Amino acid sequence: MKSELKAWVYLAPALFFLVMFTYYPMLQVLWDSFFFKAYGQESAQFVWFDNYKRLFADPAFSQAVRNNLIYALGTVFPSLAVGFFLALALMKSTKFRNFARAVFFFPTLVPLIAAAALWIFVYFPNVGLLDYYLGKLGFGPTQWLGDSNIALYSLMLLAIWKNAGFYMLFYISGLQGIGEEYYEAAELEGATWFQRLRYITLPLLGPTTAFVFIIALIHVFTYVDHVVMMTHGGPIGSTNLVLYYIFQNAHEFNDAAKATASTVVSVGVLLAISFLSIRTMERGIHYES
Amino acid sequence: MSTNASRKRSLPAMLLFFIIIGSVTVIWSGPFLWMIIASFKPQTFGGLDMASLAPNFKPTLDNYRMALMSAEFGTLYINTIIVTFGTLSVQLVTVVLAAYAFARLEFRFKTLIFYMFLMQLMIVPPILIVPNLKTIVSIGLDDTLVAVMAPYFASAFGIFLMRQTFKSIPRDFEDAAVIDGCNWFQVLRYVLLPLAKPALVAFSIVSIVAHWNEFLWPLMVIDSPDKMTLTVGLASFTRAAEGAADWGLIAAGTMIVMFPLIVAFVLFQRQFVSSFMFSGIK
Repeated sequence: MKSELKAWVYLAPALFFLVMFTYYPMLQVLWDSFFFKAYGQESAQFVWFDNYKRLFADPAFSQAVRNNLIYALGTVFPSLAVGFFLALALMKSTKFRNFARAVFFFPTLVPLIAAAALWIFVYFPNVGLLDYYLGKLGFGPTQWLGDSNIALYSLMLLAIWKNAGFYMLFYISGLQGIGEEYYEAAELEGATWFQRLRYITLPLLGPTTAFVFIIALIHVFTYVDHVVMMTHGGPIGSTNLVLYYIFQNAHEFNDAAKATASTVVSVGVLLAISFLSIRTMERGIHYES
Repeated sequence: MSTNASRKRSLPAMLLFFIIIGSVTVIWSGPFLWMIIASFKPQTFGGLDMASLAPNFKPTLDNYRMALMSAEFGTLYINTIIVTFGTLSVQLVTVVLAAYAFARLEFRFKTLIFYMFLMQLMIVPPILIVPNLKTIVSIGLDDTLVAVMAPYFASAFGIFLMRQTFKSIPRDFEDAAVIDGCNWFQVLRYVLLPLAKPALVAFSIVSIVAHWNEFLWPLMVIDSPDKMTLTVGLASFTRAAEGAADWGLIAAGTMIVMFPLIVAFVLFQRQFVSSFMFSGIK
């Protein structure tokens, strides 16, 4: 059939790169994760699940997983909430609101590494932007990145600042899609501002929230540029995230066993998220475009 | 929410709204305000007053001069431009062809392959840095700019965006062109692509921003300083300046890296916002 052949020819370039850099590496890393090559040895040995045993026995890995979960919770929900409230406030188009929108959206555009460079100074104790102005309000200096109890939260704040404006855009377009008649009806019934929010706005924004939630979730597992730049996972491992752990083992420690096994674990988690959310993503894509 | 809610807003409520949103906006832009001010600040102020946002000094270009001297920003810029536009050019070809197939043609396993692409939205390249580096090394591409681009040559986001766009164009237009004797390439070139221009622009903006900003992967594959991209260069530049507590220098360096984005955003703000609304997935 002619159309059949034509379709495959058109698909071929994209499919080639998709397979080469998404599916082949997934299989390859799975395969590699069952081998171990000791230092100085010629060839790798098939070791069953030994690499996984080593990985799960590594306190740094369990710490990275724990950190990543805290980081996910502490970044995804607040940035969605901030994005939502900004959208509520800035939904209508006026000069002032458009300017404010641009300010909130701009951090999304800049490289995370540039944001991190600026925030190193924001967080610098005593002389930094945050301590300088908090000092004027009478607060003492804080080791924002140097204290292992605080550093992870400092990174979360940076991530919220960077991404909330992006999620705001989706909420603005979601809000603009809600018909005025719902609010008019609610007002006739005497609904308060809060009731309208609770029973009209939030339920009707359900699809938007689901879509934004998944984007935000992918974000917290796939961006660690700020960790590389600001903390190197420290102090004492308190800001180590899973992808940074992978990067460190691959790039700095040359520990292929741990790097491959932890990649497989991460891919597994992302696949699980994918299977749970693929319908949402598909809907979101149709809906957004 | 809006109209009916705001219709009833009293003057004090409006005032309160502007004060709250206004101050949040100022705080939000704090790091950028600081960057702009600090980058023009003379060193003589010493470290202590570095955070002050008050422009009570005589602006100087010393920080920029120093920054341009201490890093090869020219090379970094050229490499980043090559990576960004190289990636985009290949993507436009793969994306348009695949999207056309999904939008207009019938073939076996269509749904399965569609889902295979959809999955790439979640199994994003950064998570596969370890096996991808192995692939790149095995085909002898390590430490090249092509290696920085290659994992992004197929863009699921682009394919979905263009597929939707093509689907929204009535088939009659194409049929008419075919009757007039156009071949498929002419149909694409003179009928579909012009009509799909807004989507192509949106995709291009999102792609350019994403690859201009990419960091971890170029850091992994590039070793030679003369092949580094801006983000990788900025990271080592900042590390050095941070050691010397030279904040004005960091501000200037960051400004140099972000400058094209700032200019483009100021000029085409509306276009940027609507492109990212399209995107969802960078």
